[in-house]
Amino acid sequence: MFYREAGQFKTSYRTDQAIFPILQDKIGLVAVLIFAAVIVPAIASEYILTTILVPFLVFSLAAIGLNILTGYCGQLSLGTGGFMACGAFFAFKLTTAFPDVNIIIVFLLAGLGTALVGVFFGIPSLRIKGFYLAVATLAAQFFLLWVFNKFDWWHNYSPSGVIAAPPRAVFGDFYITGTEAAPWAKYIFLLAFVAALALLAKNLVRSRIGRTWMAIRDMDIAAEIIGIRPMFAKLSAFAVSSFFIGISGALWAFIYTGSVEALAFEITRSFQVLFMIILGGLGSILGSFLGAAFIVLLPIVLNIGLQSIDSSISVALISHVEFMIFGALIIFFLIVEPHGLARLWQIGKEKLRLWPFPY
Amino acid sequence: MPQRRIAIWILAVPLVIAGLGLIFQGLAGAYPALYFTWGFFFEAMIGGLLQGVMYSLVALGFVLIFKASGIFNFAQGSLVLFAALTMVGFIEFGLHWILAAAITVAIMIAVAIAIERVVLRPMVNQAPIILFMATIGIFYFLDGFGQLIWGSDIKILNIGIPTDPQFFLEGVFEGGILINSFDMVAAAVGAVLVAVLAVFFHKTRIGRALRAVADDHQAALSVGIPLKTIWAIVWSVAGIVALVAGIMWGGKLGVQFSLALIAFKALPVLILGGFTSIPGAIVGGLIIGAGEQVAEVFLGPIIGGAIQDWFAYMLAMVFLLFRPQGLFGEKIIERV
Repeated sequence: MFYREAGQFKTSYRTDQAIFPILQDKIGLVAVLIFAAVIVPAIASEYILTTILVPFLVFSLAAIGLNILTGYCGQLSLGTGGFMACGAFFAFKLTTAFPDVNIIIVFLLAGLGTALVGVFFGIPSLRIKGFYLAVATLAAQFFLLWVFNKFDWWHNYSPSGVIAAPPRAVFGDFYITGTEAAPWAKYIFLLAFVAALALLAKNLVRSRIGRTWMAIRDMDIAAEIIGIRPMFAKLSAFAVSSFFIGISGALWAFIYTGSVEALAFEITRSFQVLFMIILGGLGSILGSFLGAAFIVLLPIVLNIGLQSIDSSISVALISHVEFMIFGALIIFFLIVEPHGLARLWQIGKEKLRLWPFPY
Repeated sequence: MPQRRIAIWILAVPLVIAGLGLIFQGLAGAYPALYFTWGFFFEAMIGGLLQGVMYSLVALGFVLIFKASGIFNFAQGSLVLFAALTMVGFIEFGLHWILAAAITVAIMIAVAIAIERVVLRPMVNQAPIILFMATIGIFYFLDGFGQLIWGSDIKILNIGIPTDPQFFLEGVFEGGILINSFDMVAAAVGAVLVAVLAVFFHKTRIGRALRAVADDHQAALSVGIPLKTIWAIVWSVAGIVALVAGIMWGGKLGVQFSLALIAFKALPVLILGGFTSIPGAIVGGLIIGAGEQVAEVFLGPIIGGAIQDWFAYMLAMVFLLFRPQGLFGEKIIERV
C-alpha cells in the first residue's frame, strides 16, 4: 500500500539509473541514516555502542571488501585476516612516523598499501581458479601474519608485540582513537566513514569496472572473448577489495579495540568475514551490512540467551553450545535461503509492492 | 605411459634431494651460522617425509569426498578431532582400544549418514561455495558437539605404539640418523590404509560405483547407481580415515582442540597433489612434509625461524603456478 512506484515516472536515463530508483527507498535510507546519526548516539548505552555498533560498522566494511572480490568477481579468498592485519600495521607505522598527518589520510594510505599487497597475492588468480585459489590465498594469510609477528619493527619494538593506537583527532578536539575518545565520537566517525566508503563501493560495482568483474565471475572465458582483460579485471578486484579490507583492519585496531596484536587477525577472522558475505548475500552491498549485523549479534544473543536460561552454566560449556548452535544455524540458513539475507530482503520488497492485493 | 612417468619420478626424486643437499651445503659455506652435515640433512629429510605421511592421512579424507561429490569438505579436521575424542572417551570407560575403535567406527558411520541426510540432501545442486560453507557449519557443530560430550581437556591416547627415537645407519653417517619410531609406525599405517583404499576402490563393487560417481554424476545415476547411498558410504569412509588420522595425530600430540586445525596442514598437501587424486595426496604429503622440515632446519636460521606456518602454502602456490590442477589432478578442460 505504501510501497508503490506507481506515478514515479523516469524522464531521463539519470533518474532511471539512480542507486535507489524508487522514492520510498530514498526516504527509507535517509530515515535510517538520520536515525543512526542522531537518535542512536542519544539513546544507546556505552555498552551497545562499543560492543555492537562499532564492530558492526568495522565488519561491514571488511565484508564489503570481501564481497567485491568473492561476490562480484568470483575469486574465493581466505586471506581477509592477513589483509586486515596489513591495514592495521600500515596505519600504525604511518601514524607513529608522521603524527601530524590527519588520521583519515592515514587510514586511506593504509588502505592503498594493503591494495598493493593484495595485487601481489592476487597474481596467482590469473592461473589458479576456484578452491585451488582459496587455498593459495591462505598463503597470504599465514605469510602476512608471520611477517607482522616476526619482525619487531612493525610494532616499534614494543616488548609485548601489541600495537596501541595513539590518540588522534579528526579535527580540533574530536578525538576518535586513544583513551580520550568518547564512544559516541568513535561511532559517529565510523558511521560517516563507512557510509561514504559503502557509497563508493556501490558506485564502483555499478560502473564499467564492476560490470567487468561480474562478467569474469559469471564465466571468465566468455568474458575474455568479448574483450574483457582478465588480468586487469581480477587484479583490480583484488586491489579494490584489499583497499576496503585494509581500511577495516586499521579501523579495527584503532577504533574498535584500541590495541591489537597480529594474532587478532588469525584465520578465524577470515572465516568470520566469509560467513558474513555468504549469509548476507554474495554480490550485494546491502547483504554485507546484513551479514555483518547477523554475525556480530549472533554470539552476543546466544551468550545472553544461554545465560538467562541457567546462569550457573560454566563458560566452557556455553562456548561449546555456542559453537554448536552457530554451526547449526549456518547450515539451516544455507538450506533455507542459499542466496542470503539480501535475497530475503528482496523477496520481502517484491511482496510488499503487491501488498495487500497480491492478485 | 605410466611406466615412463614412474621411471621419471624414480630418477628425479633422488636427484632433487641430492640437489637440495648440495644447495644447502653451499649455503652453509656462505653462512657460518648454518650447520650442515649430510647425516643431519637426511635426518631432517626422513623426519619430514614421515611427517608428510601424517599430513597425507588427513588429506586423504578430503580427496575421497571431493572425488565422489565435488564438495570441498572443510569439516575433515573436525571429523578427525571428533573421532579421536570419541575413541579416547570410550577408552576412558575402560574398554580395550580395539573395541573402542570399533564403536567409534560405528559412530562415524552414523555421523556420515546424518550429514548426508540433514545437510547434503537438501542442498543438492547448490553452488560449490555454498556447500563449502555448509561444511564449515559442520566443522563448528562437530567441534562444539564433541567437546560438549567429552570435555575440552587435553587427553592422552596411548594404544601401545612405541615412541622412543632410534638410531639408524650409524656406520654410514657420523652419529647415525635419529628417527622417531612412532613416525615409522604412522607411515606403515598410512601405507596400509592407502593399499586398503586402493583395493576397495578397484576390486569391490562399491568401489567401482564410487569411481563411476566420481567420473560423472549423471551417467552414474542413469545406469542405476544410487547416488545418495554412495555419498553416505564416501562420508563413512572419510570418517574412518579420519579415525585413523585421529589415532595417529592424537597419539603424537594428545587429543585436544588443536587437532581440528591440522586440516590447515592438509590443505597445501591437497592443492599440491590435486584435489582428485589419492596418489597425489600421498606424494603431496611427502613433498610438503620433507620440504617444510628441510626449510625449517636449513633456511629457518637465515630468515628467522617459525616459517613452518606458511612455507607449505608458498611451496604449493609456486607448484600451482606451473600446474594449476596440482601434480596429479585431472586436467582442467574449460568450455564456454
